[in-house]
Amino acid sequence: MPHDLGSTLVLWAGAWGVAILVALVGSLLRARQGATGAAPEEIEETRPARPAASQPGVVSYRDRLRGGLAKSRAVFAERLTAAFGRGSARDADLEALEEVLIEGDVGVRATQDLLAGLRGLPAEQRNAAGMTRALRSRMRALLADVPPETASLPKTPWVVLVVGVNGVGKTTTIGKLAARHRAAGRSVLLVAGDTFRAAAIEQLGVWAERADCQIVKQGPGSDPSSVVFDGMSAAVARGVDVVLIDTAGRLHTKVNLMEELKKVRRVVDRVLPGAPHEVLLVVDATTGQNAVSQARTFAGAVDVTGVILTKLDGSARGGVVVAISHELGLPVRYVGVGESVADLQPFDPDAYVDALLAAE
Amino acid sequence: MFDSLSDKLEGVFRRIRGTGKLTEANIEEAMRDVRMALLEADVHFQVTKSFIEKVRERALGQEVLRALSPEQHLIKIVHEELVGVMGGAAGKLELSGDVPAVIMLVGLQGSGKTTTAAKLAKHLLDARKRRPYLVPLDLSRPAAIQQLKTLAAQVGEGCGVYDTPDQGGNPVQIARDAVTKARNAGFETVILDTAGRLAIDEKLMGELRSVRDAVKPRQTIFVADAMTGQDAVAVAKGFRDGVGIDGVVLSKMEGDARGGAALSIYATVQKPLLFVGVGEKLDALEIFHPDRVASRILGMGDMLSLIEKAQSAYDQKQAEKLQEKLKKDTFTLEDFRDQLRTVKKMGSVADLIGMIPGMKKFAKGNELAGADDELRRIEAIINSMTKQERRDHLILNGSRRKRIAIGSGTSVAEVNKFLKQYQQAKKMMKSLSRGAGKGILAQLQGGR
Repeated sequence: MPHDLGSTLVLWAGAWGVAILVALVGSLLRARQGATGAAPEEIEETRPARPAASQPGVVSYRDRLRGGLAKSRAVFAERLTAAFGRGSARDADLEALEEVLIEGDVGVRATQDLLAGLRGLPAEQRNAAGMTRALRSRMRALLADVPPETASLPKTPWVVLVVGVNGVGKTTTIGKLAARHRAAGRSVLLVAGDTFRAAAIEQLGVWAERADCQIVKQGPGSDPSSVVFDGMSAAVARGVDVVLIDTAGRLHTKVNLMEELKKVRRVVDRVLPGAPHEVLLVVDATTGQNAVSQARTFAGAVDVTGVILTKLDGSARGGVVVAISHELGLPVRYVGVGESVADLQPFDPDAYVDALLAAE
Repeated sequence: MFDSLSDKLEGVFRRIRGTGKLTEANIEEAMRDVRMALLEADVHFQVTKSFIEKVRERALGQEVLRALSPEQHLIKIVHEELVGVMGGAAGKLELSGDVPAVIMLVGLQGSGKTTTAAKLAKHLLDARKRRPYLVPLDLSRPAAIQQLKTLAAQVGEGCGVYDTPDQGGNPVQIARDAVTKARNAGFETVILDTAGRLAIDEKLMGELRSVRDAVKPRQTIFVADAMTGQDAVAVAKGFRDGVGIDGVVLSKMEGDARGGAALSIYATVQKPLLFVGVGEKLDALEIFHPDRVASRILGMGDMLSLIEKAQSAYDQKQAEKLQEKLKKDTFTLEDFRDQLRTVKKMGSVADLIGMIPGMKKFAKGNELAGADDELRRIEAIINSMTKQERRDHLILNGSRRKRIAIGSGTSVAEVNKFLKQYQQAKKMMKSLSRGAGKGILAQLQGGR
């Protein structure tokens, strides 16, 4: 027995307080909700071919993406060659491939699926070129197809809700998106829905100024739904083309904050039925497998329509988007490959996979 | 935190449990599963590899403890190796020497530097009685300066902040000037919130080095997002080699972060993990204890942290009074409410339950998601009672219960349910008080 009576008492009182909780646990055990939808087992091999990328911007994007990925690409290519150096693939080579994919944050499950496919290749294709080709087409197949960015908006105001966990770059991404729309000659209204983080409103204000667009905001700590209501009403009244709604970063595990987000979405829909037309989840390329559970929870709460992958210009390869596509079928809409406004580009899955696997 | 890793490992050990002894075959199988669990938790590939090798070697080796079952034996080895891979003993933020001691925070954009700076300031002010002086040095991200100034005000009385100009400052000049100002004003610690970049580049490192050389920080702390994947290792190495680091803070640990970064970073840079950020509030910064975290990962609970939380929430007088009441069986709903309030101060229900050995399975998933709301409802129920009712719950007849339900915005059924729980809890506490601390755990686990 501990000799210090005082601390024993304190310990005991604390444990005892917890006892109250334990008594509550029994009543709180709720039947687990039905299992979440099973991940698609079969990967569709044939997908409609994408229209050839012909805009001049895409070339530079490809270059930039490649530039960003250059470091890891070199390593990958080296490893790939080393893995297949002997001309035919053995299990040890597949292990080397596994390492490469996992180090790219593709995730254990998606990696295993990819490699399982390679194991089944006919003997004559089990060499470096054949395996790379097969791997590329399989990765390409895993990435959900992206609806092409249309020249004109299907309807106006086109409402985009931007969500994500803390620190992924939501506000910055909105600034860049705004600049893209402005460059296309559209009027843009930003809604400062992040009323929680200190100075988030000011930060969005700076972007509004830079991109020359309107902004609707309230004070720090105000109700995000109320700001969004104001913003949506203003957008409808003023007839703007595009509304971009910023939201506070929230960890997907915070149930009450996810409820708040659902409410924001409902408010948008109430002011303009059918809106938001896009709900974009911003994912940081350096994030690991946690991004999959982020995507799953946000998708369940606010019907995410696509992913924006930011910070792809570092050493991280953002392979987790492969896992996200694999498990949830969510397309990547944009990637951020640098800090300047022009560095937010529509996602091109072919370029991404090529850059990742150092094609040609 | 660490929940999914914890679950996976639990499965591995469960499978081993059924076997008579550790053989080469079942160790191999277990190691395969442990490896998968670690990789899925974003532990770096190479770190995982060397971890598995060490565990396998020890499991196969001479180390046979007759007293332990194969499962316990393997858990013991994995626990020790986990502690090792996270740095062994808890590190301390070493600030002794002349004042002001300068702490420089470095890290990528969005890793949580600014929030960590404010949390650290609060920690220093509250726990170490050192007055902090915050210095915004992130001149590139719009409104970053404003963010830190706002947070500084929230840290409270005694926390200073440098008035970094919004436009056109030079980080080196600002840092130098800020340290001088802090010294003259008698602050004990200066916290520099440096600029982040999207990626490690020479320009950033150059800037950080110039600041470092200008103000000679006593501690350079690398702040990383706990959700970082395999890249954590490369980034940590980049900062270690580029500017040099003395310790690490992992932010955003409160979600379902798998915590791979916690295991990977120490193993790679051999610098102690000092703190983890576990919430958005400024006091949500916890000292990182590798041994306790390893215990939590392995579902062994973390009584030490629980006790510390209890100690900070209860004072001795309160505890003595409580024991007296229990002995005399004069414990009322009023006391119950006091307990509820104290427990609420200690953290969320899920957190607390998760620290009790063997209770982790209740602490995760959605099962406890509503527990904190439930506590609030219970408090509302008690608040809606009259003083007399609180002192003697036996007088609560149907009409009183109905009134209480209306007053607290609940239903009669909820009031009834609570009163039943209260009686159960009371009974349990009584038997606990007889045990006088002995076998508390058995009681807690048996009494759920």
